[in-house]
Amino acid sequence: MQIEYISAFDVVVGVLWRFWPVWVALVLLMGASFTYKKKLGLYGQLFDSGVGIAGVGICLFWLFTAIFASTISPFDPLAQVSIMKDALPGAVEPTTKLIYYFGGDKLARDVFSRMVYGSQIVLIIAPAATGFALMVGITLGLPAGYYGGKIDTILSFLANLVLAFPVILLFYLLVTPGIMDTPIPYAMAGLFFLFPIIFFSVLFWTRFKNRPDRLYILLGLTLVIGGWIYVGLVFDKDPLRIVHIDPNQLNIFVAVVFASSPGVFRIVRGLTMDIKTRDYVAAAQTRGESPWYIMLWEILPNARGPLIVDACLRIGYTTILLGTLGYFGLGLAPESPDWGTAIKDASRLLRSFIHPALPPTIALMSFVLGLNLLADSLREQSMKD
Amino acid sequence: MLSFILRRLGTMALTMLCLTLIVFFLINLNPNLKKLAISQTEMHTSAEQLEDWLVNHGYRQNFFARYGQWLGLLPKQPATDPATGKPMQRFSFCNDPTEPTFSGVLQGDFGCSTKFKTTVASKLFPALGATGLLMFWVLAVMVPISLLIGILAGMREGSRTDRTLSVASIASTATPEYVSGVIFTVIFASWLGWLNGSAASASQGLTFYNFTLPVMTLAIYGTGYIARMTRASMVEVMTQQYIRTARLKGLSFGSVVVKHALRNALIAPFTVIMLQFPWLLTGVVIVEVMFRYQGFGYTLVEAAGNNDIDLLLGCSLVSVFIVLITQLISDVGYAFLNPRIRVQ
Repeated sequence: MQIEYISAFDVVVGVLWRFWPVWVALVLLMGASFTYKKKLGLYGQLFDSGVGIAGVGICLFWLFTAIFASTISPFDPLAQVSIMKDALPGAVEPTTKLIYYFGGDKLARDVFSRMVYGSQIVLIIAPAATGFALMVGITLGLPAGYYGGKIDTILSFLANLVLAFPVILLFYLLVTPGIMDTPIPYAMAGLFFLFPIIFFSVLFWTRFKNRPDRLYILLGLTLVIGGWIYVGLVFDKDPLRIVHIDPNQLNIFVAVVFASSPGVFRIVRGLTMDIKTRDYVAAAQTRGESPWYIMLWEILPNARGPLIVDACLRIGYTTILLGTLGYFGLGLAPESPDWGTAIKDASRLLRSFIHPALPPTIALMSFVLGLNLLADSLREQSMKD
Repeated sequence: MLSFILRRLGTMALTMLCLTLIVFFLINLNPNLKKLAISQTEMHTSAEQLEDWLVNHGYRQNFFARYGQWLGLLPKQPATDPATGKPMQRFSFCNDPTEPTFSGVLQGDFGCSTKFKTTVASKLFPALGATGLLMFWVLAVMVPISLLIGILAGMREGSRTDRTLSVASIASTATPEYVSGVIFTVIFASWLGWLNGSAASASQGLTFYNFTLPVMTLAIYGTGYIARMTRASMVEVMTQQYIRTARLKGLSFGSVVVKHALRNALIAPFTVIMLQFPWLLTGVVIVEVMFRYQGFGYTLVEAAGNNDIDLLLGCSLVSVFIVLITQLISDVGYAFLNPRIRVQ
């Protein structure tokens, strides 16, 4: 059977048209942000520079793509339509008359739909892993910088130990099918996922310990929600069956958190050492505040600027790491639509077909670029103050 | 200064000991050993035979005893012939001794590669040489270009050159090797046909045709980062009092930049370039796999994929050593270059 093709112009128009929910959401949100930018603080200031607008725009574009993935993509990312094997961009699928906008890959799946669904995987794992790495880094970095001494020596030694591992070696050791038979990933998950609960409990305890009415509500909420997610993620025993993660995804998640939390630790430690010499810290010490109150409510808020910038860069870096994992076929399922796996599959066949390779590469690059632009403009804005 | 270096070397040795212990532990996890036994014995062996093979070849000894043997603190035991009960070579292709000998890393014996059927040293060191060549060309391309971009951008902060070059360097830091590699291959190998998309032939002889793509791919990710650090350092130097004085006494802008600003602005990038090595190592692995260049990264992937315990340990040792030694050089070099910093 002969496959029909549509013209290049139709492909461009068609792709832009498929993204319609994204454009609508983008226009609404960007318009609203632009109108009220004076009232929006740091986020509003981003709209003062071209770089900032570009950064926010690209990041939001991929965010909305991930949210509306099922509406945007014409096909199921795993569905194989055998006649469309290695079809060129713009091929019309004979039965449904829908179009393979970016062609088909070697397993006859729609490259466009896979790219769109790939954004979901990246936008769930990368920010979440960065969030956990931030929690671990902050909870350990604050006391290391504030107390110094033995705690600092030990924690810094451990952080340098992890940082001295080349990332790729770490992944080859930690993300293997064999390691999931051992308790190591679960033990590490159990350790890392404890940090957010500790962090928020201490945060509320130090602030409200003299106001039991607020304290008990906040602590109770932290422990219930945190404990529920903890049980779901680490033991996969969520009683309500809502929180669930595949063992191999947990493995990746833990490895990524493990690889990036020492970096956060170093930054937080450095910032704490700098800020603890300020007058307001001395004032709090004179008032008799507890060390953890000073760390969490005096030092941490004043370190937020560099931390936000670092978080943006780090999400981008985590995206690159996920791509690396996919590229080496570590952890993620072989048919998973994430960008790294797609790049790996396509780059083996570059000599014969180039069209399956370009969409995931450009997607990954543009998302990381957006995050870097965002971080750059955040840095510029926070330096102005 | 000497005591500082000595103390750092001590920490380095401790770090390497801890890291090799961790790597040793992770490689020798039971599932990995099982896979090794399956790949080393004939097809369709029963579970007991696999277990026998592991016991025979000493993989079931106490963990710390095995680590000591690998280090060279304890004598390495030969395997026992299951038929006769006499000692035999563990791996005949490595010419292992038949009596217990002290032969570990400390004695210069890195062990035996089960995948390549040869000693680790004879596989690892040629591969390192090949990667060294790649690294040399990458640095030769990356360092001058990134310093030039950084200086041009930081010379006049906020100018149009600065904006353009800054966005370009941000874009380059957003392109990991597996992305730029694919894009460059598509452009230069598939469309234009100027360059070779595979560097497999580079082992026989380097040519512009087969080696440009790997070098370009590896250089581009680091370039942006070094350029941005250079720019930041240059911007800071250009606001200093002595630059203003030099301008006010009537020197031309060009000569102020070259004679007064440049030397001070290059201190920070030196550290950054040195600390790029851990990143370059990951890049080397990706690029060597992508372009099929038989170097260190390729060896590491082969070793990891085939549970080649000794080879992977050797690779980890080398890469951890490179990371730590570059950190040391960057610290010492920084103290030398910057007269304001004196190490206690």
